[in-house]
Amino acid sequence: MSLLEIENLSISFGGLKAVDDVSFTVEEGSVYAVIGPNGAGKSTIFNLLSRFYEPLSGKLKFANNDLLELGAKDIARLGIARTFQNLELFEHASVLQNLLVGRHVHNTQSWWRQLLFTGSVVEAELEHRTKVEEVIDFLELAHYRNQIISSLPYGVRKKVELARALCIEPKLLLLDEPSSGLNPEETEEMGFWIEDIRRDLNMTVVLIEHDMSLVKEVSDRVLAIVNGKVVAEGAHGFVQSHPEVVSAYLGDSQ
Amino acid sequence: MRILFKTNYKQDLNLAKHGGHRFWYGLLILVLFAVPLIFDGYYIGEATRILIYAMAGLGLMVLTGFTGQVSLGHAAFLAIGAYTNAWFLAQGFSSFVALPMAALLSMIGGLLVAIPAARMSGIYLAIATLAFAIIVEDVAGHLSSITGGNRGMMVDVPILFGYQIWESWELYLFVLSILVAATLAVLNILRSPLGRAMIAVRESEVSSQALGVNPMKIKVFAFTVSAAITGLAGAFLAHYMSFLTPQIFGILLSIQLLLMIVLGGLGTVHGVFFGAVLIGLLETGISIAKDSLPSSIGGLPGIEPFIFGAILVGVIAFEPTGIYGRWIKIRSYMEFFPVYRRKSFKRQRAYLKTERLR
Amino acid sequence: MNEFLQLLIVGISQGCIYGLMALGFVMIYKATEMLNFAQGDMMMLGSFVAWTLIMDLGMPFWLGVPATLIIMALFGALVDILIVRRVIGQPQFAVIILTLGLGIIFRAAAGMIWGQVPLTIDSPISGFSSFYGIVIGNERLAIIAVTAILIAILWAYFRYSKWGIAMKATSQNQLAAYYSGIPVRVIISAVWAVAAAISALAGILLAPITLIEPMNGLLGIKAFAAAVIGGFGSMPGAILGGLIVGIIEPFAAAYVPAVKGSMIYVVMLVVLALRPQGLFAQMHKKKL
Repeated sequence: MSLLEIENLSISFGGLKAVDDVSFTVEEGSVYAVIGPNGAGKSTIFNLLSRFYEPLSGKLKFANNDLLELGAKDIARLGIARTFQNLELFEHASVLQNLLVGRHVHNTQSWWRQLLFTGSVVEAELEHRTKVEEVIDFLELAHYRNQIISSLPYGVRKKVELARALCIEPKLLLLDEPSSGLNPEETEEMGFWIEDIRRDLNMTVVLIEHDMSLVKEVSDRVLAIVNGKVVAEGAHGFVQSHPEVVSAYLGDSQ
Repeated sequence: MRILFKTNYKQDLNLAKHGGHRFWYGLLILVLFAVPLIFDGYYIGEATRILIYAMAGLGLMVLTGFTGQVSLGHAAFLAIGAYTNAWFLAQGFSSFVALPMAALLSMIGGLLVAIPAARMSGIYLAIATLAFAIIVEDVAGHLSSITGGNRGMMVDVPILFGYQIWESWELYLFVLSILVAATLAVLNILRSPLGRAMIAVRESEVSSQALGVNPMKIKVFAFTVSAAITGLAGAFLAHYMSFLTPQIFGILLSIQLLLMIVLGGLGTVHGVFFGAVLIGLLETGISIAKDSLPSSIGGLPGIEPFIFGAILVGVIAFEPTGIYGRWIKIRSYMEFFPVYRRKSFKRQRAYLKTERLR
Repeated sequence: MNEFLQLLIVGISQGCIYGLMALGFVMIYKATEMLNFAQGDMMMLGSFVAWTLIMDLGMPFWLGVPATLIIMALFGALVDILIVRRVIGQPQFAVIILTLGLGIIFRAAAGMIWGQVPLTIDSPISGFSSFYGIVIGNERLAIIAVTAILIAILWAYFRYSKWGIAMKATSQNQLAAYYSGIPVRVIISAVWAVAAAISALAGILLAPITLIEPMNGLLGIKAFAAAVIGGFGSMPGAILGGLIVGIIEPFAAAYVPAVKGSMIYVVMLVVLALRPQGLFAQMHKKKL
């Protein structure tokens, strides 16, 4: 069943067409990679999905929901979570607090109950904490639990960003360059996480990536975007050897 | 060094995390309530002033410290609370009506500012609150029939269940009780989803939205809670001062509130109280010092605001985490002695994190 | 009609002052994303320094003015180097509070050094001109003229001079400017210097009309309203915002005297409610 359907998506920024008539479908339970040179429009597609931008044209469907009817703050409730290329973590809060914010969509307690911190609030908090601890175990973040983000190294921050998205318990996970800034060991680890996420947590993953070995390792299908347009789509081998993809990465002197 | 063994998650939820906490804070509350037994009139008055500052600061901290919305005009809510309280008392109502009305009208004021302001980014918000405060001060001066205008307005004493509160220690206990309740409410918010959402909005509105937080709703919530608490502080300020004029609630008062929470430690509840105590003591201290300084320095006009400004600048430049931050460092030093590392609190030399949309 | 023209020209001249201050304000904001709430107080200090040079030490007017500008430029740069640099990287509210504190210090220091008694400067530009049936003080015309000349100079400066272009580059992307070999810290201090000098100029122009006293610093708040109305990212917007604020004031005073004090702030809030980025904003979406 296709979970995510993008049809004829386009957006311009001041005359430059950043995303030009892009269409693709993501099957449930699959790992879908989006590749392309820098500035090709990949993150823009994510930002359109997150509804930070308004498209010029096109349709965005997620599990039969029309995303264009929603605002940015409603996306998470539907079950779509994302990470950011430039890591938008809450710098002055602890890892635990960051992750607990990820549980916001599952909040059931009214504001006045929270003011009084009633028994039902306590119960709900304990449940959130349990769920968050599961994610912490999954990504091995246990001994960073109470540390403030600003004191953490980059590799750990990337894991926290991922963990926070997982706390939403999403159906669809959008990862924006999960391996950027990571060394080869960390990248390999990231590959294992993505596999585990797909298999154990039953999530569909769309990732933007530059590291081709990671892409080869985890993805079922690959989409190549160059200059905002779809250039190739299909299995990894096919896309990787597609002439236009090659020339986009290596230049036209081929 | 205290090592905490945690056996269940509930321990993390509790306000008092261990026996030591419970002991010291319990003692603090006892001492606070016992102040009227130990001190007499003048000092009780000073203490009441500090409590009122703390309440006002608590309100501002909720908005600026926890939600990151800088308000340069919080004196406006003090004004609304003060005049509302005074007016209702003058009409013959008891404090049982006047105080909630003060909070309610402040909340409405807060909503009025919040709804347009929530759409603005930090800088516009700050200036909008400043404008709001200037307008409120102006309006207070013009509504002479209600507020007595620039000639001023007398404030009756609080009335609870027919009993008039004339004594300073009675006022002190009244303010203290409300302050404790307000502080508990704020602490509760902080350990619930709403509090985390507020911090999230402060740190990164973008990712808060991606996590399902509605920044608009959170900001409006923060504004209303903040306005309500500060409004109550204003109501008590009216009783403390007994006589209201619009000039009390000028820009300098707003800046003083801001100084208080920054000096105390932005983003912490402790900071509210540290700041209130310090500013309260500072005011007294400066008046005393002015008398004892040689008249060439002490008699200089503007020495008071100069010191205020110098402290403000000094704190931000050298210890932006405020008194509370410095206290944490000192406490860490004592706890970890002799293996304390200064570097553990080293400020990250962050490059300018652009809040501006490029 | 005559009254209308009269109010208009008074408003424009006042608007030029606000516009100049707003310009300094916006320049600093563009380069460093910092709100300098001490801008009005720099203007006030500028007028005091001018008074000291011209009235107290007896410098001739046409020497005292440039000297004041140079002194205030150095002062602005020093403020940046010694104090503002320490808060780079801190969240915005920290910076707002810092400059608020600086403003308080400047005002208090001015009161301590020069006292609270209003002062005045003997300016060679005096007298009245009359045309079209209206009478305008020459100082007001001078303000308009000087502002126009200054805007032209600044426009050329940012367009053609190396330093001006470097400032623009730093405003748009500090990191890229750094990599291009632009000495970013020096440029930022230069921006503060220029902004301080412009404010000082505004203070000197204002001196013949409004007596010099420490409370003049609070005029800066009206300049913020101007910058907000015009839109923060834009220097032309700052001038235009200043003009709008300046024009509203005399008309409000004449026709709705009851609320003249807060009129411009009401206008500002209305503008913000309708167009949160201001009228001429140049800001775009953040790259996520």
